[in-house]
Amino acid sequence: MQFKWTLGIAALVSVALLASACATPTPGAQPTAAPKAGSIAINGAGATFPFPLYSRWFYDYAFVDTAAKFNYQSIGSGGGIAQITAKTVDFGASDAILTDAQYTAAKNIQMIPTVAGAIVPTYNLKADDGKVITATIKFPFTAIADIYLGKIKKWNDPILAQANPDLKLPNKDILVVRRSDGSGTTYAFTDYLSQVSPEWKDKVGTANSVKWPVEGIGGKGNEGVAANVAQNDGAIGYVELAYAKQNALAYGSVQNQAGEYATASVATVQAAMSDFGTNLGDKLALSIANAPSKTAWPLATYTYLLIYMDQTDCVKGKTVINFIKWAITDPAAEKSATALDYIPLPDAVRTQVVKKLGQVTCNGKPIQ
Amino acid sequence: MKSLTNSRRHFRRRKLTNAVMLVLCALATLAAILPLVWILAYVAQEGGRFLSVEFFTQLPTPVGVPGGGVLNAIVGSAMVVAIAIVIAVPISIVAAIYAAEHPNTPLGIALRFGTDVLSGIPSIVMGIFAYTIIVLPQKHFSALSGGIALAIIMTPIVLRSTEEMLKLVPRSLREGSLALGASEWKTMWQVLLPAALNGIVTGMMLGIARVAGEAAPMIFTAFGNPFLSADLDQPIATLPHTIYVYAISPYKDWHAKAWTTALVLIVLVLGLNIIARAFTAWQLKKMGWR
Amino acid sequence: MKQTPQPLWLKTFTRQIQHGDVIFRALTILASLIILATFVAIGFELWQNTTLAREKFGLSFLTSDEWDPVQQQFGALPTIYGTLQTSLFALLLALPLGLGIAIFLAELAPTWLRAPLGYVVELLAAVPSVVYGLWGLYVYLPNFVKPTAQFLNGTFGFLPLFEGPVYGPSRFAASLILTIMILPTISALCRDVLLAIPNTQREAALALGATKWEMISQVLIPYGLSGILGTAILGLGRALGETIAVTMVIGNNRDLSPSILHPGYTMASIIANEFAEATEEIYLQALIEVGLVLFFITLALNVLARLLVWSVARRTPSELRA
Repeated sequence: MQFKWTLGIAALVSVALLASACATPTPGAQPTAAPKAGSIAINGAGATFPFPLYSRWFYDYAFVDTAAKFNYQSIGSGGGIAQITAKTVDFGASDAILTDAQYTAAKNIQMIPTVAGAIVPTYNLKADDGKVITATIKFPFTAIADIYLGKIKKWNDPILAQANPDLKLPNKDILVVRRSDGSGTTYAFTDYLSQVSPEWKDKVGTANSVKWPVEGIGGKGNEGVAANVAQNDGAIGYVELAYAKQNALAYGSVQNQAGEYATASVATVQAAMSDFGTNLGDKLALSIANAPSKTAWPLATYTYLLIYMDQTDCVKGKTVINFIKWAITDPAAEKSATALDYIPLPDAVRTQVVKKLGQVTCNGKPIQ
Repeated sequence: MKSLTNSRRHFRRRKLTNAVMLVLCALATLAAILPLVWILAYVAQEGGRFLSVEFFTQLPTPVGVPGGGVLNAIVGSAMVVAIAIVIAVPISIVAAIYAAEHPNTPLGIALRFGTDVLSGIPSIVMGIFAYTIIVLPQKHFSALSGGIALAIIMTPIVLRSTEEMLKLVPRSLREGSLALGASEWKTMWQVLLPAALNGIVTGMMLGIARVAGEAAPMIFTAFGNPFLSADLDQPIATLPHTIYVYAISPYKDWHAKAWTTALVLIVLVLGLNIIARAFTAWQLKKMGWR
Repeated sequence: MKQTPQPLWLKTFTRQIQHGDVIFRALTILASLIILATFVAIGFELWQNTTLAREKFGLSFLTSDEWDPVQQQFGALPTIYGTLQTSLFALLLALPLGLGIAIFLAELAPTWLRAPLGYVVELLAAVPSVVYGLWGLYVYLPNFVKPTAQFLNGTFGFLPLFEGPVYGPSRFAASLILTIMILPTISALCRDVLLAIPNTQREAALALGATKWEMISQVLIPYGLSGILGTAILGLGRALGETIAVTMVIGNNRDLSPSILHPGYTMASIIANEFAEATEEIYLQALIEVGLVLFFITLALNVLARLLVWSVARRTPSELRA
């Protein structure tokens, strides 16, 4: 009886290690796979919403600048702000606009809008004959706010019925579905509600998570909202446009400030961006909800990268700046964005961003 | 056992109870297997079509770029789980020996309550803890911090199961060994631990399965990494985190990959379990225990 | 099991030194202390990082159902309620089920079937939480939980526990998914507890004319009671702390009604939901304080569980365990 069985424990441990040893990579399978000598590893963290696009951009950019190794992780906008403040990352990302206190705490950081996204109301409603209503439901100006405030409780409420004379909206309770997790999507949604409904602004406000007047069902993530809407007749929820399009959900049109019914698309969101395009201000951060022009989609928002205006590592700093310039000006980058249902910046905004990037310094000296 | 009085009706009722309860036990097993089959069938159906050699040997690709795998996450998960095992298993087993031997000393009682409470703390809080004590001072995310978070999650499972199994070893066995002149630790090492080994391995495997599937504590510690990395001090990808990131995206392509990744993770954990069992059985046989 | 009688330790004291027993002892104490220190450090971090929130909300944090990140008013009552209801209900279902499985695996199943069946049950433990959550949301909820809930509501709807309306996402759904998740822990460890019981115990009972079930229920279960309850506590811990899977199916609603079929919220869920996006200090602290409260609730439940074990153990004849 030797201590041989203790070898067993050791072996168990090594089995786990073995897994990593066995899985030796096949180098060169992909251009970004093998880190090259002298490559620049850059870590970033933040918003979940732009993650699929950013990972696509970083992948593509590795063909442009073969030394650049970007690692972006979607830990949430709040996380992105916290990490850039704690200086654990090289850049951050956020859907929400930083508060003054956050600006002060993070010290000399800049918000850079990269793309915009749209949020759409999605629903699941069977008419009285039992058929699912697939037609686009029109939501009058304050209707969504009133539904989420609990003032419109039924699908055949006069406000909804008048706006949709062609649809026989049934006498059914509306089940409100909303995000349970703190989210930039909720921020943009409640921003819109605050702008169209003074009551919402007063009672609830704008934030990543709010105290919902009607709690209904809280779904985790877009998929949680979508699944709960799909599983309950009479449910309404809000999801990102990309999510609705990719998963073929029914989504409504909304009456905008000009009184027109708009549907979410690249053109209508760009119209909203252009409405505010000339006065982004020094922070380059602005709400684009409830835009005034006739064709504008009212439920839109920018998503931002957060960068240090004075970089401490000049090589990294230069790489980050060059990447952003590529991302917002290169046609290939724009094509990737639209393919994934993100909305590229209009030219007016683009110019302002490029100008701001030129002002980034490294240890006090100009970068280029 | 007062029921042993012998009236025929009584006897028949005892037989009936016996049969009913035994059938219920079999049904309970069936009740556990059904959801498992259901889950595995669903995971396989949703993720099966991406299962290929490339999925194990390539790095992830973004939406719209064909191919791609989760090699980085397989390596990363193996690393953080290995770190967790190396830290948690020895400490937990040795502490369990103390807890089993001295259940009523202040330290023994504190240890038991401490681990029980640890087992109920949400894994995300462990992640936040590891973030606060390791990531923040170091100013960067790392595989090590992820492994440590997992080690804390794993500890109560291994410790409590080991302790319970040691307590079940008949006292005669230990007394026999001590009477033969073996020292206390030799008795523990060569008599008590082997006698309880099967249960201890179960505890370990449950602990490994648990931490190998944790996504929440990884976000603020191991962080994630689209590139292959084996550096303890750098961000690293893990399988459950990859599943999570893919699953919350809008794209069908990534949804399918999420399920494929889940399949990979389940199969790897199962494989580890089978190897560990076989190894344990072999070792025990060699030592003449079975 | 009782401690080894003191005189034996005294007698072997001198030998212990020669055989490295002192080092061995020291090691076990050291390991115990490291684990305790970690536990204390986590508690301390939670305490330290909630100073502001504790000062601002005081005890009302436990009794208020207000949770308003905009107005920065926070109370944890609905999440405490949801956590207790879901995890206790899950334990109530999983403990008898798990014990039944353990009995089947250890005592009843044909020998050739035991090992593979054991793997199958343990495989449930290998399914990651996020997969449970997604499967729960897309498959389990609409196809099993919702119909069951509708049936319960239709049949027992007069009881407050099964009041409608039924949407699907509910504390019931969370309990059912937790049941599946803690089942492997309870069944696998209980099986090993049963297997570790010496065969002499079985033979004695059977020789006295006991049926197989009587042997199991009157000899094996009392003998392994401490171990069985130990596994139940591990299962309870898992249920109390589970996040992603529960969050996906519970509906995340601060409902306080007695009905288990209503959507609810748990403490772990609210932390997971809001931590990543929380930015204000007081908001973050409130979330961490939820963790702190959970810490104390787990402690309290464990004290209760132990008192239960002691009271049961006292009634179990000690000769059984000699």
